[in-house]
Amino acid sequence: MLKDVTLGQFFPGNTVIHRLDPRTKLIWTVLYIVALFLAKGAAGYGMMLIVLLAVIAASRIRLSVILKSLKPLLLVIILTAVLNLFYTSGETLVSFWIFRITREGIRSAIFMVLRISMLVTGTFMLTYTTSPIALTDALENLFGPLKKLHVPVHELAMMMCIALRFIPTLIEETDKIIAAQKARGADFESGNLLARAKAMVPILVPLFISAFRRADELATAMECRCYHGGEGRTRLHQLRYARRDVLALGLGTVVLAAAIVLRNYGL
Amino acid sequence: MELRSEQNSNSAIRVEHLRYSYPAAEGQTEHVVFDNLDLTIEQGSFVAVLGHNGCGKSTLAKHFNAILLPQGGSVHVWGMDTKNEALLLEIRRCVGMVFQNPDNQIVSNVVEEDVAFAPENLGVAPDEIRRRVDEALRQVGMYDYRAYAPHLLSGGQKQRVAIAGVIAMRPKCIVLDEPTAMLDPQGRREVIDTIERLSREQGITIVLITHHMKEAARAQRVIAMREGKILADGTPDEVFSQVELLRSAGLAVPETTELLYTLNEAGCDFPLGAYSAEACAGLLLDYIRDLRR
Repeated sequence: MLKDVTLGQFFPGNTVIHRLDPRTKLIWTVLYIVALFLAKGAAGYGMMLIVLLAVIAASRIRLSVILKSLKPLLLVIILTAVLNLFYTSGETLVSFWIFRITREGIRSAIFMVLRISMLVTGTFMLTYTTSPIALTDALENLFGPLKKLHVPVHELAMMMCIALRFIPTLIEETDKIIAAQKARGADFESGNLLARAKAMVPILVPLFISAFRRADELATAMECRCYHGGEGRTRLHQLRYARRDVLALGLGTVVLAAAIVLRNYGL
Repeated sequence: MELRSEQNSNSAIRVEHLRYSYPAAEGQTEHVVFDNLDLTIEQGSFVAVLGHNGCGKSTLAKHFNAILLPQGGSVHVWGMDTKNEALLLEIRRCVGMVFQNPDNQIVSNVVEEDVAFAPENLGVAPDEIRRRVDEALRQVGMYDYRAYAPHLLSGGQKQRVAIAGVIAMRPKCIVLDEPTAMLDPQGRREVIDTIERLSREQGITIVLITHHMKEAARAQRVIAMREGKILADGTPDEVFSQVELLRSAGLAVPETTELLYTLNEAGCDFPLGAYSAEACAGLLLDYIRDLRR
């Protein structure tokens, strides 16, 4: 059941998108998010959608994977759509009882849904095509200058890397615990929300205990392999900007500039 | 016996008068694990350490690479005192350690990047890391899986990746703390074969902590422990022939030895050193043939 969760997963591949320097992809994602939030009208959203679809096509990530990753957000998306639909004032199209649907409401509902799903999909494209290690390398590298201000950049990067590494392990473990508790007669499916939330306790307690034990063992194992912080550490994969990275960053800047221009014209 | 000679030049790990106890929990007396333990492990040897749960095997192993420090006495690794903090990295590089649960010792979610973790920590140059990673993965037969995510591998494969992660440090000694306890028979065989090959071909000193007698029988030297003390120490033949002593410590001898021992009690005269089913069957067959004659 939890196996379907695709959050933070990496799909190895050898496409242009996969081969881009992780720093490029990280900067690109930031540019993309800014451009997405600048979009105001159909032209703006249309451009961002084309950009996103082009990236998805180039990365050869299956569309079904992406749709599945949006599933947990379905509730949020529907909620925003409904709220925008009914609570935007403007020219009334239909009205019944206390509800009123306006032209502006429909417009903003569609745009909000687009914005949320494109935001999520766009950022997921980063984790789908970049190995977590490459991603943490990129973060460590880009935020490197902050080390001078005593920000523990390396430590944060390492923590993120380990967290990502243990997601599948802990999901597997959660499945096992759920099965074990079900076998003991635990009921997770019936009752109201509060009862169901309470039913989660027998899952969370063993999960936390085992996570702490794992953390303890992992720390020892890391020490045994001479881990002593970020000082003097080298990397197997060196980060190197190639020509495609320069091109990609140029393209990203153009997209952002276009988004700004479109916004100024209110398109 | 040659294996137990006390020559310093040959010793990889030398434990002298080791004392260690875990601090007392509330309302309990402190738990003394070792009181004056002496032990020498020779360079290039393949040593199995046997013992019941709580006999101090794992605590002993953690002394070999300065994860734990002696409270009394000393532990020397290739002449380096584990209490010397300046030598800490060199000691840990020399003595690699593999633990029971492969999931809890793999750091990265790409196999080759995990193997690269130790050399990265040691500041090895990227080209050299690449070479070491490829070499280590080939040695454990996991080269084809270098781009895999560890959670997609079987237990035995994960454990071999963990071993590769240690080999990449170019250690002189590998300590394995019950590396097969969580594996199925297939994975267990993969891991033990790998360890044996490393010992034979690379001359790496191996300390295998286990409670599988069959695995211990493949070592050159077996050390049986009880409550922080060495109960028996010698070749597998020497140790496993002391069936009564091992039983008193709650240790079972290999099944084949058990069978031969029982037959001997009934009046036969078998040597006890047959640890594989085939060798044991061979002995029995010879015996039956003799009877016929």
